[in-house]
Amino acid sequence: MNIGWYLVVSAFVFCIGAAGVLTRRNPIVILLCLELMLNAANLALIAFSRMWGNAQGQIFALIVIVVAACEVAVGLGLIVAIYRRRLPIDVDELRELQG
Amino acid sequence: MAAVLFFIAGIGVIAGAVAVVALRNPFYSVLGLVAHLLSLAALFLLLRAEFVAAAQVIVYAGAVMVLYVFVVSYVGLQDEPWRGSRVSSGGATLKAGATLFCGALLVELCIALLGSGLKAIDSRGAGYVPGFGSPTQIGDLLLTKFLFVFEVASFLLLIAAVGAVVLARRRGGLHDEEWTVSVASLLRSPTLGSMAEAVGTTMATPSRGAPGEPAPETGHGRGEPFPWTHRGGGQREPGPGTEAGGSAGEGGQHPGARERGDHREEGGW
Amino acid sequence: MSATTWAWLVLAFPLAGTVVIALGWRTLSGRSAGWIGTAAIAAAFACAVACFISIQSHAPDHRVLTSTLWDYANTVGVDARLTILVDPLSVLMILVVSGVSALIHLYSVSYMASDRGYVRFFSYLNFFVFSMLLLVLGGNFVVLIVGWAFVGAASYLLISFWYRRRTATAAGIKAFVINVVGDVGLVLGTYFIFKHTGTLDFEKTFHSVRDVFYSNQPDLVAGCILLLLGAFAKSAQIPLHTWLPDAMEGPTPVSALIHAATMVTAGVYLIARLHPLFEQAPAAADVGAVVGCLTLLVAGTIALAVTDLKRVIAYSTMSQIGYMIMGVSSGAYVAGLFHLMTHAFFKALLFMAAGSIIAAMAGEQSLDRMGGFRRAMPFTFPAMLIGGLALSGIPPLSGYFSKDQVLLDVANRGGWHWALYVLGYLGALLTAVYTFRMIFRAFWGEPVAEARELEQGHLHHVETPFNPATDEPEDTDVGFPGPDHHIAEREGSMRGAMAILAVLAVVGGVFQLPKVNWLEHFLEPAFGDSRYFNPPTQGPLAVSLVIGGVIGVLGIAIAYQVWVRRPGTAAEVRERLSPVYLLFVNKWYFDDLIDIAFVRPTAWVGRFAQQTFERVFVDGTLVGGATAVVRAGSAAVRAAQTGFVRYYAGLLILGLAAVSLYFLLQS
Repeated sequence: MNIGWYLVVSAFVFCIGAAGVLTRRNPIVILLCLELMLNAANLALIAFSRMWGNAQGQIFALIVIVVAACEVAVGLGLIVAIYRRRLPIDVDELRELQG
Repeated sequence: MAAVLFFIAGIGVIAGAVAVVALRNPFYSVLGLVAHLLSLAALFLLLRAEFVAAAQVIVYAGAVMVLYVFVVSYVGLQDEPWRGSRVSSGGATLKAGATLFCGALLVELCIALLGSGLKAIDSRGAGYVPGFGSPTQIGDLLLTKFLFVFEVASFLLLIAAVGAVVLARRRGGLHDEEWTVSVASLLRSPTLGSMAEAVGTTMATPSRGAPGEPAPETGHGRGEPFPWTHRGGGQREPGPGTEAGGSAGEGGQHPGARERGDHREEGGW
Repeated sequence: MSATTWAWLVLAFPLAGTVVIALGWRTLSGRSAGWIGTAAIAAAFACAVACFISIQSHAPDHRVLTSTLWDYANTVGVDARLTILVDPLSVLMILVVSGVSALIHLYSVSYMASDRGYVRFFSYLNFFVFSMLLLVLGGNFVVLIVGWAFVGAASYLLISFWYRRRTATAAGIKAFVINVVGDVGLVLGTYFIFKHTGTLDFEKTFHSVRDVFYSNQPDLVAGCILLLLGAFAKSAQIPLHTWLPDAMEGPTPVSALIHAATMVTAGVYLIARLHPLFEQAPAAADVGAVVGCLTLLVAGTIALAVTDLKRVIAYSTMSQIGYMIMGVSSGAYVAGLFHLMTHAFFKALLFMAAGSIIAAMAGEQSLDRMGGFRRAMPFTFPAMLIGGLALSGIPPLSGYFSKDQVLLDVANRGGWHWALYVLGYLGALLTAVYTFRMIFRAFWGEPVAEARELEQGHLHHVETPFNPATDEPEDTDVGFPGPDHHIAEREGSMRGAMAILAVLAVVGGVFQLPKVNWLEHFLEPAFGDSRYFNPPTQGPLAVSLVIGGVIGVLGIAIAYQVWVRRPGTAAEVRERLSPVYLLFVNKWYFDDLIDIAFVRPTAWVGRFAQQTFERVFVDGTLVGGATAVVRAGSAAVRAAQTGFVRYYAGLLILGLAAVSLYFLLQS
């Protein structure tokens, strides 16, 4: 199989994730879309790793998974804290840091 | 054979991704992502990255997604209106624009990939070496060449864990709630804020033991704004767990008690 | 101790007095500030006497001494040093200044006693004396100018002493502005002379003036006329005289000290000190003489018409300074300085007596409201009478000798100076008339209510006095002149000062009796190089003495006739000659002319600058424009901070797409 196929799939997923980040208003779903983008990157990494026969890409992807996990933990913690303060879970409402 | 598997997995990946973005209910989005992850693991397997695939399923789909499920359940199912928002942020225009823009991005990336830009993609690539992508190789690399990265990643995990706990804890720290009794808490339904209540089971509640449970400690009565300043006796507040199982709050709650506004929500978990 | 050391001490004591009083204002209670101030000036007088004795012990041609403390700036051809010049002229001036000042301080100890600004008054007064002494002791143009400026500042501070009074602050500003005009003239004049001589030092300048300048060289004449401008401003000569009558807003001791005895004589001192320059530029000296004569006549006529007691005395001062300026400009240095000295005595005495009367009138200064104080004020009346007799030039009082000497020496120049001589005697007649007009109106006639009260031993007091000029109530808390009034009859220190001055006014003529000429001999080392320093010819001496005495008595007689014998005469004359009267009472319209010519255009320019230029252009366009640009820019940039997370994400992805597009295109 041509690597290109995998890369196209990765591009697809990345763009879908980007569209989701820009479009959705629920922060949980935005985080999910961020995961999509990360996974797309993972796929690209693994694909290239296979192409070059170099396992470094896989290590990279592993670490990306780790980072994604951490980021999810903190992000969801934030959302729980927001929920506890009875603020609406809607990024359009949470815009106090505006200029 | 590989091509067939590729297409099945590929469709799964993209379908999951679309599901995440398009479905309104966040719970369904989470499920969509799980499907996407599993399909992605299949793709990884096709690319001879066995360990990463396994890690993906176990860690990502297994742990991270479960965390998502928990939070979605806690936060509640807040459907997002499809049509614009109250705040004039462009609403539908933004959605259309974003979609178009990402489409444009996709086109650009495809051109980049499939055009003459990346010639290497058409090459045959390296041959397959047995042991490629196996846990042995990964472990070997992690402990020799990428040791520093490995350690830093573990440190990062620690920070994230601490951070998550700090962010999500109740205000006031991690110490136990003081044992207090107040008339309001006595009058309040024991299943207030619990899952049972949320689920909506309507089994009658036998409420807490004897209604005449001693309340004289609250001699100050309702006027007291901060019931926890009361140095009451060791009157343990009847844990909702003793009755909550299967019981539910009375129909017409105590809206006043619920709406108390501060973070004294005793009920629940 | 040498003479110059005594001279430095003379400067040091008033300065120390100022500093001590000013710094210790919180701790000084009661009259202690007054006594400290008086003691400082008395010490200065003692040192001046010591300096006099010391300098007389030198040989006659070794009596011009200088002493330098340090250099201010001794570079690029400018030699600015802190130098004092001690010669008979300076010694005479410091004796007169410190002596009269000490007496006035003594007077003020009681006069200002109930004033809330008592301590401030004495620190200002000491500062003034220090400045005046610095001025007369200065050994080069720099110290002279510094002293000149300080004196102007002290005058401003003291004129607007009762700062809550609108008229007082306006008068202070007027005095200061006109003095600054004079200062400009002084500095420019100095420059003109320095340009040629290359030195600022007096001695060096005087020695080189005949070599550097030819007679009536334009630069020298211009410089001397500019210096004269300074002298006119300080000495209140026409046309820079309008500040002096208004300066009567200050307390009476201030009028006595500054505007009678010391500051206004600074111009006379200037011309006397710089006489080598003026002798080398006779054109400028003639200008001075003419202006002096003009002033003495104009001021004399105005004094006939005004009714404010202190202003009459102020115009009298202006007139007498006119005599002095006329004298020193015509080379009559000794006579002019002699008149300066005697004038200091009797004018200060007159002001002190006027202060006493005003206190008895509870702050009222108008002659129209006064009358018949003869019996009520048994001390003030003779004091004023002595001062008036001296001023009118009645023999054998001091004023008689000094005025006659001046006029005689002026006539000695010959030529057109005889006209000045005649006009001078006309002025003397006017002097006698207005002086005794003032005395008769205040002391003769029916006693007014205040006088009657005083005869019974009760001092009149008004609860809320009003400022007659603006009709607003006086702020008796801050002054004018304090809730209590102090008259000479009741205060010992006032009586002491006035008594000493009265004695001096009577016997002061002894310093320069016609044949004895003590003062002339004393001043010879200072003026020996002058071509006009000759004893006057004997002929006209006796004649003029007689004429002088006759004119004085004639003036008194006229005044007696008009204001005592036939009281309605004044009103008749006023009506008959009403245009003349209006001219006099409006001070020859100088104030109005200056107002139209200078004050209004300046005010217009200021208003234009503030409202149009400043507000519209600078604030609106320049400053406002700059801030508007910044604000618009920041608003534009701020638009990027919407607060929407998705917006930020969009920007991120946009940037990412742009970068990848760039790399795509590149490859």
